[in-house]
This record gives sequence, C-alpha cells and structure tokens, in this order.
Amino acid sequence: MKIPDLTELALRNLRESVLRNSLTTLGISVGVASLVAMLSLGTGLQQLLSRRLAKSGLFDTVLVSSRRDLRGMGREEERKGPTPGESRVLNEPARQEMERLPNVSEAYPDIRFVTELRYEDKPHLTMISALPLSAKSNDAFDGMQGNFFSSDLAAEVILQKSFAEELLGKTPPLGAADPSVGELAKPLLGRELTMRYAQRQSAPATHPPLRGNDATSADASVEGAAYSVVSREQKLRIVGVSDLDPETMRGPTRAKVFLPLGLAESLHVMQPTDLREISQAAADQPVYSSVSVRVKNPAQVQLVEDAIKKMGFNTFSILDASNSLRQVFRVLYAFLGIFGSLALTVASIGIVNTLVMAILERRREIGIMKAIGASDGDIRKLFFAEAGAMGILGGVVGVALGWAIGQIINFGTNLWLKSQSLPPEHC
Amino acid sequence: MTTASPVSLARTAVAIRSESLCRHYRMGETLIRAVDGISLEVRSGDFVALLGSSGSGKSSVLNLIAGLDRPTSGSVVVQDRDLAKLSREELAKYRLHVVGMVFQSFNLIASMTLAENVELPLRFAEVDRNKRQELASAALERVGLRSRINHRPSELSGGEQQRAALARALINRPQLLLADEPTGNLDSHTGTEIMNMLREFNQELGMTVVMVTHERVLAERYAKRMIFLADGKLIDDRTNGPTIDDLHIQGGQS
Repeated sequence: MKIPDLTELALRNLRESVLRNSLTTLGISVGVASLVAMLSLGTGLQQLLSRRLAKSGLFDTVLVSSRRDLRGMGREEERKGPTPGESRVLNEPARQEMERLPNVSEAYPDIRFVTELRYEDKPHLTMISALPLSAKSNDAFDGMQGNFFSSDLAAEVILQKSFAEELLGKTPPLGAADPSVGELAKPLLGRELTMRYAQRQSAPATHPPLRGNDATSADASVEGAAYSVVSREQKLRIVGVSDLDPETMRGPTRAKVFLPLGLAESLHVMQPTDLREISQAAADQPVYSSVSVRVKNPAQVQLVEDAIKKMGFNTFSILDASNSLRQVFRVLYAFLGIFGSLALTVASIGIVNTLVMAILERRREIGIMKAIGASDGDIRKLFFAEAGAMGILGGVVGVALGWAIGQIINFGTNLWLKSQSLPPEHC
Repeated sequence: MTTASPVSLARTAVAIRSESLCRHYRMGETLIRAVDGISLEVRSGDFVALLGSSGSGKSSVLNLIAGLDRPTSGSVVVQDRDLAKLSREELAKYRLHVVGMVFQSFNLIASMTLAENVELPLRFAEVDRNKRQELASAALERVGLRSRINHRPSELSGGEQQRAALARALINRPQLLLADEPTGNLDSHTGTEIMNMLREFNQELGMTVVMVTHERVLAERYAKRMIFLADGKLIDDRTNGPTIDDLHIQGGQS
C-alpha cells in the first residue's frame, strides 16, 4: 500500500473508535509530558545553581599567592614544589602572564588594607577591598541598594550592610531582627566618607648614581631601594549598600567596604607586601599579596590551576566542592529520568494494549482484507501506522504539555518567591 | 449453439487442476479429513457448483483454491500457479489479482462506505486514487448501486450488500470468481438476482466461476457442471445440459 493511502486508512480507523484512541493518546501525552517536565526541571535546577555558583565567584575563581610568603609551614606542596629560589614575585608582569593563559577571563590583584574611614567626623577602622567592574554581576550585589561603581576610577564606595549599621550606630543586639538594607541605605546613599590611608611614594634618588654598573642589576636596585610613606586623605561617595557579603570565601579577612579597583591601584596604598619586597616597591612596581584569577568556565579551573602552579605560584580554589555538586546533579538527573521513563513505559503499555484490543476486535476485518488480497505486510503496516499516529500525536501534545507544566512551575515559583520578597528567577 | 466464439475457445484451457488434494485438521486426538484426495479439473470459463451437505468439505476446497488455506498434501494449480509452492507474499498477490471472492455473509467492512469497500483491493494493488474512484463507481454501476455509493453496508439490504461484494470481487478483473454460498443469507428473489449476475459475469466477462452451495435447484439452474462432495471426497461430477434459462437467453439473443 502507498504511504498516503496507508495514512488515510490508519486515520480513518482511529476515528472509528475515537474514545479509546483518544484516551490512549492522552495517556502517551501524560507520559511524555512527565518525562519532559521532570528532565527540564532537573536541567533548570542545574542551570540555576551553576549560574548562581558562577555568579558567586566561588567556583570560577582561583586565588593565587606567592610562594615567597609563608614558607616553611610544612605543606606537602611546598616540600615537593620548586625551591624558594625558583618561586616568583607576584607582580604586574606575573598578573599579565596569568591573564594571557587560556580559559582565563581576567586576573586582578587583591588590594586590601585596613584603614580608617571617617563619617560625620567619627573614625571607623575597617578592612577595605578593591573590586573590578566585572564584580557587578556577582550575586552578592543582587539585593543591593543604590548603584554599582560608575567607573573603574570613580571616587565611590560600596558598603556592606554590617558596616552601614556601624556607621549609623544601629548595630542590632544579637538575636534581634536586622534592619532592612533599604532602611540603612536611605540616609547613607550620596553621602561622603573620608578615607585616611598610607600612600607609598618612590623616594627621590638621593644616592649617587653608580657609574659603570648596569643600572638594572639586582644589587644596584637593592642599594638604591627606598620609598617614603605619606599619610593621605581621599573623599569617597557612598553609592551602594549591599545586603549580602561578597567575600564569604575569605572568612575573617573579608572586607566590609569596597572601592573600584582602578581607583585603589592609583592610590598606591601601602601594602603589607611592600615591606617584604622593598626593591620592587621602591621602583614603584606594585607587588600583590594575592591575585584573583577568574576562569571562563568552572570546569576549566583545574587546568588553569595547574598552569599557574607551573608558573611558580600557590593556588587555591573550591574545585572539589563543585565536583561533588556535579555528582549530585548526575544522580538527580538519573532519578528524574527514571521516573519520567516509568511514566513513558506505562504509556507505551497503553498503546500496546489498545492495539492488541484493536487486533482482536478486528480479526474479522483483517480476514476480509487478506481474502481480497492484502499481504501480511499491508496489515502490519496498517496497524503500525495507527500506533505511530497515536504515538506522534501523543508525543507532540506531551511535549507541549510538558512545556506548559514548566511554565506553570516557573510562574508559581516566581509568585512564591515574590511572596517571600525574593527576586524572581528566569530560566 | 454457436461453437467458435472466443469464450468457447478459452474453455479448452484448464483454469483449475487439483491432484489428490488433501486438507486434514487435527482436533485434539482426532484427525479430521476435511478434504481427502480430490482430483479435478475446471476449464477456463466454466461455471461449476460444488455441492454437498455441511461438513462435506466443499468450503475447504474453495478456500484451498482461493489460496486462503494450504493443502496438507496433493496439489492445486490455478492458472498455471502451484498454490502450495507460493510464498505468503505471492499468495496475497494471487488473491489480489487472480481471484475474486464473495461470501455468504457478504464480508464488507462495516466502517467503510460502499465506494471505499469496493476500492479496497485497488489500494492494496497501489492503484492511483483517481483511477480507483473511477473503477469503483464503474463496478458499483454495473451491479446497480450507483446511487448508494456513499452509504455504509449497514444501511443496505442483504441483496444490495451482496451486490456490493460482487462489485468488490470484480474490481481487479480476476480470471476466477469464487462464491461461498452467495445466496445463503438472501431470500429467493434476491438470491436469483445475485445468481443472474454471477451468470452474467461468467458469460460476458468470461470469468471462471466456482460456487459452493447446498441448494441443488440453484446449481441445476445456473451451473454448467455440478461436483458433489461428501466427507471430503468427490462422489459425483456431472455436466448440465443447456439449462432452460440458457436456451431462453440464447433464443432471445438470436
């Protein structure tokens, strides 16, 4: 039989017992829909979490520090690693080299220092840290009041909620409800802070120039190394108050006040490393205590870490945590897949049942068709076409239904999130 | 009677030949010999009636000739095809192109209109839709059902259903028309109508007709040859002289 004929005949046969066939088709739809909904739920959850994690910067950041620091703490890596002579200074050329590594999106120095901030003539001592503009996408700034830095060099500052409380003298007693960020931000946004800090300045060359010697030789530079530290003030405008803590990863050394990175670099604030690396600091070559390297994709963290280690630095990342997270998702996937497939299996049994019933019921019709010249193949094709039509229709309706279920879940979730005064999620 | 017509020339060829044809069934411990060593020859263009009481094996013989069943032993050769040697696929083709069948219970498909029922064999033969519709309405016209073309079988009388079944049997222009008690479910008037049609096909289209019946009167009136079966064996085989009707028709024609 020709295919159009076959299709026509199959469809008209399906129309003959509309109720039974539509129920079977509905069964398939529900099975497909549950499979689609479950798998998309799993995929959605994974995407949501990986995006959250990517935004949190926890899983795509490698912290790099120099091996020259903190030696002799007996860590395995140090015993096996290169000797101190081979280890390198973590300075600007090293940072640029890291930025050029494959899969690295950026490498920025961690500039952090403890200094005094004056607000309404009251001094507050706190840890200040510099943030690159790319930190704007960080999750921690989702619930922020006000704006992110307008430019990399702007004299602007973002406060962490607890520091804002401190400035306003509103630090709640332990166990009491926190005041909301909005409440805290209102009196602070647009106001000015004065930051007092120690600036490192290259000293004028007071020593006599060494004639006949290579000016760039290490000895010469050490001999001439000198810089002065000058107390400075910088006015900063408060542009934002952040609810969450962008530096959870750093534990006790986390900062509560944030500056734009470009501004922080231009200030030449005295860093602890300046004392250890006198020759470099004197030449006005910044030496960083640590550099944050952001990797394009969390999956490539290990590669980048290895490459940086080869350069002669120490690295730190939360790679293992992300690995176990992937494991969890694999299990969740399998779980949802199994349940979805069960539904699909039930639906398939439904088709088989309907067809077996149809065959038994239509034995006579099959007999007639064979008597007038239908081959076994014709009959088989006819029944398969009927099953296929139900399957295709059920599948299409099922996918649509699954999509609709996904939309409903999305809508419901967002409604619920809204009722919990949380920002909506978009998948 | 004219002797040199094309029909009478064709009669010399053998349409069906069976040799020691057997069909045995096993029901539990007992062996049922439905067909038990039947040898016969039917010439092209003949009109044969298979007669016998129920259980005599006449329907079994018809099914073997139709290729709906396979012999246990012996052979049945139709139009030079040894049916026992054909594959299932070849048998289906044989049923489609060589044989047309009508049954006591009409066997039309209830969910289809007359036109669809009649054109069903053409679907299996992969004939184009337009050609199919043309042939189906011509066939229904021939049996006088032009006006009922879009009716379903349940909306028709028994005689009309059997006429539709005849149209379906004719649609592929088979050389052989097999009829299994075609008048069994009909009153005598409509039965006569159907029998007249069978004779018309036999005489005008030159089709070989083999009809199973237990009504001897009908057989005597329409068939040219009567084969009597009992217990699966051939017990009598006689040729009818020109029937009264034959003479009447020929008289009318000349």
